[in-house]
Amino acid sequence: MSTSLIRTLPGLAALAAGLMGLAIVLALIVAPEDADQGISQRIFYIHVPIALTAYFCFGLGAWKALLLLWRGDERYDLESYVAIHQGTIFGALTLITGSIWARASWDVWWTWSSNQLVLFLVLFLFYCAYFMLRFSLEEGARRARSSAVYALFGVVLIPISFLAIRLAEDFIHPTVFTREGPQMTGTMFATFCVSWAALTLLAYVLYRVELAGKRLDADLRELREVLL
Amino acid sequence: MTYLTDVAALTRKDLRVELRARDTLPAMLLFVLSTLVVFHFALPEGTGDDAAYGLLWVAIVFTALLGLARAWVPEHEHGVLDGLVLAPSDRSAIWLGKTLATLAFLVAAQVVALPAFVVFFAPLDLTALAGVLLADIGICAVGSLMAAMAASSRSREVLLPLLVLPLAIPLIVGGVGAAISPEGERYLLLLALYDGIFAVLSWASFEYVVTE
Repeated sequence: MSTSLIRTLPGLAALAAGLMGLAIVLALIVAPEDADQGISQRIFYIHVPIALTAYFCFGLGAWKALLLLWRGDERYDLESYVAIHQGTIFGALTLITGSIWARASWDVWWTWSSNQLVLFLVLFLFYCAYFMLRFSLEEGARRARSSAVYALFGVVLIPISFLAIRLAEDFIHPTVFTREGPQMTGTMFATFCVSWAALTLLAYVLYRVELAGKRLDADLRELREVLL
Repeated sequence: MTYLTDVAALTRKDLRVELRARDTLPAMLLFVLSTLVVFHFALPEGTGDDAAYGLLWVAIVFTALLGLARAWVPEHEHGVLDGLVLAPSDRSAIWLGKTLATLAFLVAAQVVALPAFVVFFAPLDLTALAGVLLADIGICAVGSLMAAMAASSRSREVLLPLLVLPLAIPLIVGGVGAAISPEGERYLLLLALYDGIFAVLSWASFEYVVTE
C-alpha cells in the first residue's frame, strides 16, 4: 500500500468514529419508539447494518479471490483473507446482536425460525472452516488459490443456503415470529442509513488497518531474511 | 471426445484400484450399516418415521465423508497426482474422474444401506430415492474438490468434514424435504439447482487447487 493511502487512514478512522457516534445518538434518542416492540426494536439499527456489512465483507473477499485466480497477482490473497476475516468478525457480531434481540423480543436466546440468523450460523461455520483450511496449508501460491476457491464457494453458498433454509421452514416448523412490522418512518429510515454508512466505513477502516499491518509484517520478515 | 476418454480412463483406474485393494467400499458399507444399528438405539420408542428419515441423511453424509476422505489417499501416497497434473489432458478431467468413482462407491454402499433402512425403519418412495441420488451427485462433486484441497494440508482427515458439512446443509434440507414433504418435487428442484451450480464451480476451479 502506498504511503499516501496510509496517511488517509487516521482521517477515515475519525470519520468512522464520528459517524458511529452520530448513529448511536440517532438510534437511541432521535428515532421514534417502535409502537409494537418498544425499546428493544432499537437494536435493529445496529444489528441489520452489521449483518449487511458482513455480507459486504464476504462479497469483497470473494471478489478479491476471483481477481487472484484471474490475474494471478499474489497481493489479492492477503486482501481476500483480510476481507473475510473482517466479515467473520461482523458475522459473529450479527449472531450476538441477533441473539440479544431474540431474547428481548421473544424471550429466547436462539430461534431457528429466524432465517437470517440461521443463515449467519451456517456462514459463520463455513468461514471458520476457511481459516482452518488456510492455516493448515503451506504458505505459497497453492494456499492462496485454495483459499480463493473456498472463498468463492462461500458467496455461492449464501443464496443457495438462504433458499434451502426458506424451504426447510415448511418441515421444521412454520414461521411464528415475523419482523414485518409497520413500515419505517422517515426518521427511522434515516437512522438506519446513517448507521449502515457508519458500520460499512468502520469495516473498511478496519480492513485497511489490518491490511497495512499484515503488509508491514511481511515486509519486515523479508527485510530480516535479507539482513540475517 | 478425448476429454471423455480421459475421464473414463481415470474413473476406470479408480474402480480397478478399489477392486484390487478393497480399501474404501467395504469400510463405507460396514460404516453405514453400523450407523443404522446405532440409530435404532438412539431413537426412543415411538419417535416416528420423520426422525428416522432425518437420521438416514446423517448416515448418508457421514458415509460419503468416509469415502471422500479415502478418495485422494492413493494419489498422495504414491505421488500419482503430480503425474496426473503433468499429463497432457485437461485437469478438470481428474476431478470428474474422481467424482464419478466416488459416486459409484457411494451408490454401491446405498444399494445395501437403503433396503436395510426400509427393513429397519421406514419405507422410501420414489421422490425420496430421487432425492438421495441428486444429493449424492452434489456431495461427491463438491466433496472431491474439497478432499483434494484437504489432502494437501497438514490436517487432512480432520479438515475434510469441516470443509464439507457447511456446504452440505442445503443438500440435507433437500434430501430430508424430498423424503418427508408432501411437495417433495420442490426439494428435488433445490437439489438439482445445487448440483448444477456447484458442479460447474468445482469443475472450473479444480485446476487451481492442484497446480503448484
